[in-house]
Amino acid sequence: MTGSEVLIKAQNLTKKYDDYIAVNNIDFQVYKGECCGFLGPNGAGKTTTIKMIQCVLPLASGKLSVAGMSVSESPREIKKMIGVAPQEDNLDPDFTALTNLLVYARYFDIPKPEALKRSDELFRFFQLEEKRNVIIEELSTGMKRRLILARALINEPQILLLDEPTTGLDPQARHLIWDKIRSLRKQGVTIILTTHYMDEAAELCDRTLIMDDGKIIEQGKPSDLIKKHIGEEVLEVDYDEKVMKTLQDEFPEARLEVLSDRIRVFTNQPHGVVETFLKAFPSKGATIRNANLEDVFLKLTGRQLKE
Amino acid sequence: MKAASITSAFKLPKLTCRIWKVWQRDFDVFMKTWKVSFFPPLLEPIFYLVAMGYGLGSFVQPIQGLPYIQFIAPALISISIMYSSFFECTYGSFVRMHFQKTFDAIIATPISIEEVIAGELLWGATRSIISSTIVLAVVAAFGLISTPLFILIPIVAFFGGLMFSAIAMVFTSLAPNIDFFNYPGFLFITPMFLLSGTFFPLASLPESMQVFAKAFLPLTHVVDLSRGLIIGNLESSLLISLVWIAAVTPIFFVLSINLMKRKLIK
Repeated sequence: MTGSEVLIKAQNLTKKYDDYIAVNNIDFQVYKGECCGFLGPNGAGKTTTIKMIQCVLPLASGKLSVAGMSVSESPREIKKMIGVAPQEDNLDPDFTALTNLLVYARYFDIPKPEALKRSDELFRFFQLEEKRNVIIEELSTGMKRRLILARALINEPQILLLDEPTTGLDPQARHLIWDKIRSLRKQGVTIILTTHYMDEAAELCDRTLIMDDGKIIEQGKPSDLIKKHIGEEVLEVDYDEKVMKTLQDEFPEARLEVLSDRIRVFTNQPHGVVETFLKAFPSKGATIRNANLEDVFLKLTGRQLKE
Repeated sequence: MKAASITSAFKLPKLTCRIWKVWQRDFDVFMKTWKVSFFPPLLEPIFYLVAMGYGLGSFVQPIQGLPYIQFIAPALISISIMYSSFFECTYGSFVRMHFQKTFDAIIATPISIEEVIAGELLWGATRSIISSTIVLAVVAAFGLISTPLFILIPIVAFFGGLMFSAIAMVFTSLAPNIDFFNYPGFLFITPMFLLSGTFFPLASLPESMQVFAKAFLPLTHVVDLSRGLIIGNLESSLLISLVWIAAVTPIFFVLSINLMKRKLIK
């Protein structure tokens, strides 16, 4: 499980472009063996941070080290120990699945017999054995994703960077990938992932960092964050002016949010609220559900569209 | 700031033998489709030699003591050197960079962006060797080679190809989209195709245009060298062509790598 050894350490990490600041003076640490999730709306700085860790983007200022080595001084050594599964499909469309892995292994100086052995293991692991000799164009989106993950593992990395690993996949393909990510974590691989899916983050991550506007605005265990910002449960009722007024008057400490004709009541005592509510409006229905990471995310980053 | 950005454009890149892994990737793709890549350089010179050499050539007086078909044969070799590397490092590299994201995939490994671009340039030069060797074989089959010096053509193809690759890569670094390559296509490549001593001697042009061609059209120098090596007519002017290529190639090699880095790594 999560150790205390720091594998990646960022101090005052900043990335600036001419007209905006993509990553604004952030500090964070990633511990060996953990699965750490970067959450945030589009443009929050997640991918930029990932690209700095993989030594592809130079830093504007601050320090970033991986396994004690600075990204600006030892990019090759760091890249050797990292596997990257990017957001976009950048497999070689002219090659078969196998050739994609072999050509990639060559970039890491892995001798061909060893590359073949690892490829076969990876095809088995990702259930792609039958697609071994199939041209990339003929693979489905889910298969391409799995192949990109397989390719990211060809150098047996200690750190795996996954940038939105399941975006655009059907539930079956997502669950298969989650399964593989969990099993890699069990094998001791340190995993950093970015995602827009809060259920994915809650499912996979030991720890999440929530980014917005280039800053880390909150971090911690998903369950702790939910408890801290939302509480155990959320009450939802149909919108009605009278209901709204009653709730505001009777529970001034509760946070109310109206969205698509539903009122969400964030309170520490949802059952108390529901009792009062049902007494006042016996004809109306109310649901209590578990609070989740999405509630936290929306509370912290706001509901307005970011783009 | 401006001066610093110009100096950095000419900074010598750090390269290791990893550039060959990039070259090898391009070579592997080429070998998958070699049949398609093989036919244009084989058929095109045949069409030109028949149509222009035999057809048009029957109306043309010998040039510098050479029958017209023999005059244009080295030009066809030179044009294939130019076309194959220039198009490889404009359209080819742009597709790999922009649409296939191949460069992004490679720089996630221990290979640097400088090495990726250098590998692409070497591959462009290799394409020139492959194409020009095929054209050379066609020219030989037409019985147009009069000296064993032709054996040095692949060397001209490599350095000429490297030069055109590097120039092409500078255009690629400036290209906002793939349609952009129409501009260097008809403002640079087409004039060179016609005005570099290819289908008529440079001396037929007005003096000022001759000077312009020698100073600014790289193909002029590749044509001179190829013609010398096919006809066996080694003049001292070939030395100027050698020096011209040797001077221009490293400048564009370094410049294209730095400009591509600037484009891709922000």
